[in-house]
Amino acid sequence: MSVVHEFTKGFYKQNPVFKQALGLCPTLAVSNSVESALGMGAAATFVLLCSNFIISLIRKIVPAKIRIPIYIVVIATFVTIVDLAMAGFLPALHKTLGIFVPLIVVNCIILGRAEAYAGKNNVGLSIVDGLGMGLGFTCALLLLGAIREFLGNGSLLGIPILSANFEPVLIMILPPGAFLTIGFVLGFFNWLENRRAK
Amino acid sequence: MDKKYFVSSSPHVFANDSIPKIMYTVVLALVPAGIGAIYYFGPRALWIILIAIVSAVATEALLQKLMKRSLTAWDGSAILTGLLLAYNVAPSVPLWMPAVGSFFAIAVGKMVFGGLGYNPMNPALLGRAFLLASWPTHMTIFTDAVPRGGTVSGIDMMTNATPLNVLKSAQGILANPQQFTPEQTREAGEAIGKLYDSLDKLFMGQIGGCIGETSVILLLIGAAYLMYKRYIGWKVPFTFIGTVALLSWIFGGTEGLFTGNPIFHILSGGLILGAFYMATDMVTSPVTFRGRLYFGIGCGMITFVIRRIGGYPEGVSYSILLMNLLTPLLDRWTRPKVFGGRKKNE
Repeated sequence: MSVVHEFTKGFYKQNPVFKQALGLCPTLAVSNSVESALGMGAAATFVLLCSNFIISLIRKIVPAKIRIPIYIVVIATFVTIVDLAMAGFLPALHKTLGIFVPLIVVNCIILGRAEAYAGKNNVGLSIVDGLGMGLGFTCALLLLGAIREFLGNGSLLGIPILSANFEPVLIMILPPGAFLTIGFVLGFFNWLENRRAK
Repeated sequence: MDKKYFVSSSPHVFANDSIPKIMYTVVLALVPAGIGAIYYFGPRALWIILIAIVSAVATEALLQKLMKRSLTAWDGSAILTGLLLAYNVAPSVPLWMPAVGSFFAIAVGKMVFGGLGYNPMNPALLGRAFLLASWPTHMTIFTDAVPRGGTVSGIDMMTNATPLNVLKSAQGILANPQQFTPEQTREAGEAIGKLYDSLDKLFMGQIGGCIGETSVILLLIGAAYLMYKRYIGWKVPFTFIGTVALLSWIFGGTEGLFTGNPIFHILSGGLILGAFYMATDMVTSPVTFRGRLYFGIGCGMITFVIRRIGGYPEGVSYSILLMNLLTPLLDRWTRPKVFGGRKKNE
């Protein structure tokens, strides 16, 4: 169990979105542009890092029977911090993400890592795990956000890439586009995995 | 050994129909409406039809090659999908749109699920829904259909609302008269009256609309041929159209119940095209007797609700797509009793 492995597993091998299919609700909802994908990824990474840290600190004094409510309280604390900080410093982004910032509380990646990892491992490894998973989640969001913004708006990070003659595929930044994109990306990763196994 | 000698278990029924035979017959039945479209909308309609078909067949052949499946792009199903997709776009769309729509219809509507027979939804309608959601402005600008010599560029066309568009906005005005001037309300009433007086134009197809949906008479000729050949049944189209007619007669009027004009609702929009050619798709409609009745009724209800209350003036395509998704449930729900079998609770 090397530290490097604990960090890198979140990017591909155990990527929360593409391999574990966790946290799909925010993934589908906020991946319509690179900017909101970045904002969501950063917020979730911060919460994941801090909650993994605190939960692994207190893991030995938390009674097993009521561990879930305690984890939720810890997570909610950090989500509140993110929510208020974002509303204060990045009001435009806060408005775009809307309800999905408070909803990080119930994001199953974060609770999943608390339950499966931070509750069982020491503080150092939990921080590395939280950071790796959070960045892996951010990468997944960025990939989807880039595909959708490029096709649906002809731009990346709000900067127009394609010529004005390109008529954007509007459906890609609408909800159906999220399902189409994630379906094809998941299919691609499965295909990759199958090829590797052969 | 003679290839016609098969050893198989029962049922020993021999049908002379094959997929290409059925598909090409349906394509043939759609030809009159296509000729009508070229007559009304000019040669541009022909280009759109050809591009859509070529794109559909090319996409299917390419994907079958990539997926290492046997090449069946010429079995007619891709041609039919392309043709139906072309019939479902406005005649003024840019020429790349039918190509993109056909690609989406075949790639996402059909091949992703495993090819012909595995698609849960009608691919052509899925392509149309994709185009409508992606480029709504192109898909909802309709040109008036008048016989013309026509130019290939199609610049000489006049834009005009479809009858259902006019009806929707007029009914919107009549529903809230206090928000509009008396002049506007009077005009809205007159517009509806004019629509109801032009039923002969609707029947012949001299109206604005998608390429293949306007001419009711030409579509009916093809449908009658398909019914004679027994490739489409009566249950889905008749219950579909009947439900729309009944609901529009009861709730479609502006002066209370039972004042609607069912004939207008039957003849306008894509109802005839949808009911006879797309709702009857063998893959995506139920196989049981009762299932087909429910399927048609459901399509009719959703169509009317969208036309009367929803945001779009026309709801045939969405109603068929939604009912396509219910098809497996309808089949399971209406599974006939096994002959000689008993009910469970006996």
